[in-house]
Amino acid sequence: MFSATGITKAYGAVQALDGVRLDLRAGEVVALVGDNGAGKSTLVKVLAGVITPDAGTITVEGRPVRIATPQDAQALGVSTVYQDLALCENLDVVANLYLGTERRRWSVLGHIAMERAAHDLLTSLDVRIRDIRVPVAMLSGGQRQSVAIARALIGEPRLVILDEPTAALGVEQTAQVLGLIDRLRDRGLAVLVISHNLADVRAMSDRVVVLRLGRNAGEFRTAETSQEAIVAAITGATADER
Amino acid sequence: MNAETLTRGPYTPKEAVARLRRGDLGAWPVAGGLVVIAAVFGTLNEHFLSPENLTNLALQLAATGTISLGIIMVLLLGEIDLSAGSVSGLCAVVMTILYVKQSWNPVAAIAVALVAAGVIGLLHGLMHTRLHMPSFIVTLAGLIGWQGLLLYLLGQGGTINLPFDGFVSKLSDTWLPVWPAWGLVTALIAGWAAAAVIGRRLRRAADLPVPPVYLTVLRIGGTAVLLAGVVTVLSADRGVPLLLVLFGALVVALDLVLRHTVFGRWMYAVGGNAEAARRAGINTTRIRVLAFVLASVLAGFGGILAASRLSAVNQASGGSDILLMAVAAAVIGGTSLFGGRGRPYAALLGILVIQSITNGMLLLNVDSSVRFMVTAAVLALAVAIDSVARRASTR
Repeated sequence: MFSATGITKAYGAVQALDGVRLDLRAGEVVALVGDNGAGKSTLVKVLAGVITPDAGTITVEGRPVRIATPQDAQALGVSTVYQDLALCENLDVVANLYLGTERRRWSVLGHIAMERAAHDLLTSLDVRIRDIRVPVAMLSGGQRQSVAIARALIGEPRLVILDEPTAALGVEQTAQVLGLIDRLRDRGLAVLVISHNLADVRAMSDRVVVLRLGRNAGEFRTAETSQEAIVAAITGATADER
Repeated sequence: MNAETLTRGPYTPKEAVARLRRGDLGAWPVAGGLVVIAAVFGTLNEHFLSPENLTNLALQLAATGTISLGIIMVLLLGEIDLSAGSVSGLCAVVMTILYVKQSWNPVAAIAVALVAAGVIGLLHGLMHTRLHMPSFIVTLAGLIGWQGLLLYLLGQGGTINLPFDGFVSKLSDTWLPVWPAWGLVTALIAGWAAAAVIGRRLRRAADLPVPPVYLTVLRIGGTAVLLAGVVTVLSADRGVPLLLVLFGALVVALDLVLRHTVFGRWMYAVGGNAEAARRAGINTTRIRVLAFVLASVLAGFGGILAASRLSAVNQASGGSDILLMAVAAAVIGGTSLFGGRGRPYAALLGILVIQSITNGMLLLNVDSSVRFMVTAAVLALAVAIDSVARRASTR
């Protein structure tokens, strides 16, 4: 559905991306892995419209598109959850979900409509929050991550990008978020997850795309691949070299 | 299957205690402080709780309270407006010159003065957002500069009197007779009760959890009793002062705007996490500029109310400790200096505390040196409670 080919981006003398290819399909979770500086973040920023690549084409449903600004990406149905979550801790869950897209009539907030829809959305994602009208500051890390992911779904996106969704979480909360990612797939969304944690990658993804030094360094079907093969691709030690 | 996990349980006393433990103290410490202040001064001086003195108190708090409302608008963004005192004085002088010296219609003079205050706020806001100057410095410059302009406009004379029976002076010498005052209170409570009933119906229709009835009844009933008490006491003297009604209306209106409009929601969002607000597509620059404009206009209106009470403007208008008291009132009332937390009611509660102390000390003939020290202690205590509550709630 989303297809990026030949993506190239240089920061001065540093070649961050060099002809990278990435295909994303509806109802599939793709994990993007690689060592630090492999170009994962740069590739995500290209898809999210934060930076424009020097070369390369992006197609959606076969049609070439231009993603020059975050608004372009949003219009194409790309929704990104950054690692810092970007939640307003003083506002409640409902307010955070609808921040910037509040339902209103003559600028008067539609509290009840928003709370009803927020309630339904969180229930459909099986996100457990006892009271959605308490400030986000009162929630646990996993609940905050869940709210941030749920918020990405408000604009009815087709592709959701998650940057290190489990990095700061404990075991149980990680399980919560992995379950949530499963439900995104069940909704028929294309999901791209950046992660450092290979155990989580194996638990949640259908396909693993490895970047190394700004180039594609392998692509695996998660179910048919051992963790060692992925590590080898990340570090650049291929199986036959060993 | 997990629907019950999202349901808001009944607000039990146990939960209330848990909330208090979490540091969610709300307005209770301030309300408690007010009771203590009333009890202490009431026993030390039998005149303190008399209707006449309480009426004076109501008159004294309106002007600084209005300025404090403006301070809250910028504090919500985590910014500060040090120029509010100077702007209030300048605005009063502009109004007086147009009204007295140029013989304008008083309403037009007030309107032009408020527009001038708005332009000053716009200037502050643009310097802060476009030139990226810290609000502390921008408004510090304002504090000095607008004071200078005030002195320049006043010229050699230094004092301009307002006609005693003119419109502006009448603002602070108009009293609601008994029946209109009761009518106003009844309308307010009836309106609130109606809104509560409709709100409950809509929530139930949308299958959302509804707060327990006794809580709503307690809240509205408690306010009704409180307002009835105020009207009874004030009516025993000259009646409810128009000044208090104006200030109260501003507090209620601003609170409604902040809680129920997109603008209000975005104010809290920018104050809570400006970067998150920006990424959510909110024009944070516009929100900031608007907050500074609101702060200056409210300061200007407060200055006009102060001039009305004094029936004059002079070189001390908007000077001395007005600004400091306005900031202190906002903070004592529970507005966070770090942005994103606080409600307009903080101005009302905070100024009540400060003005009660000032008034009580004056009645007891305590030197103003002691008065300053006591006010400082109350301010420090209020901020200490707030900080401890913050730490408790983020833990």
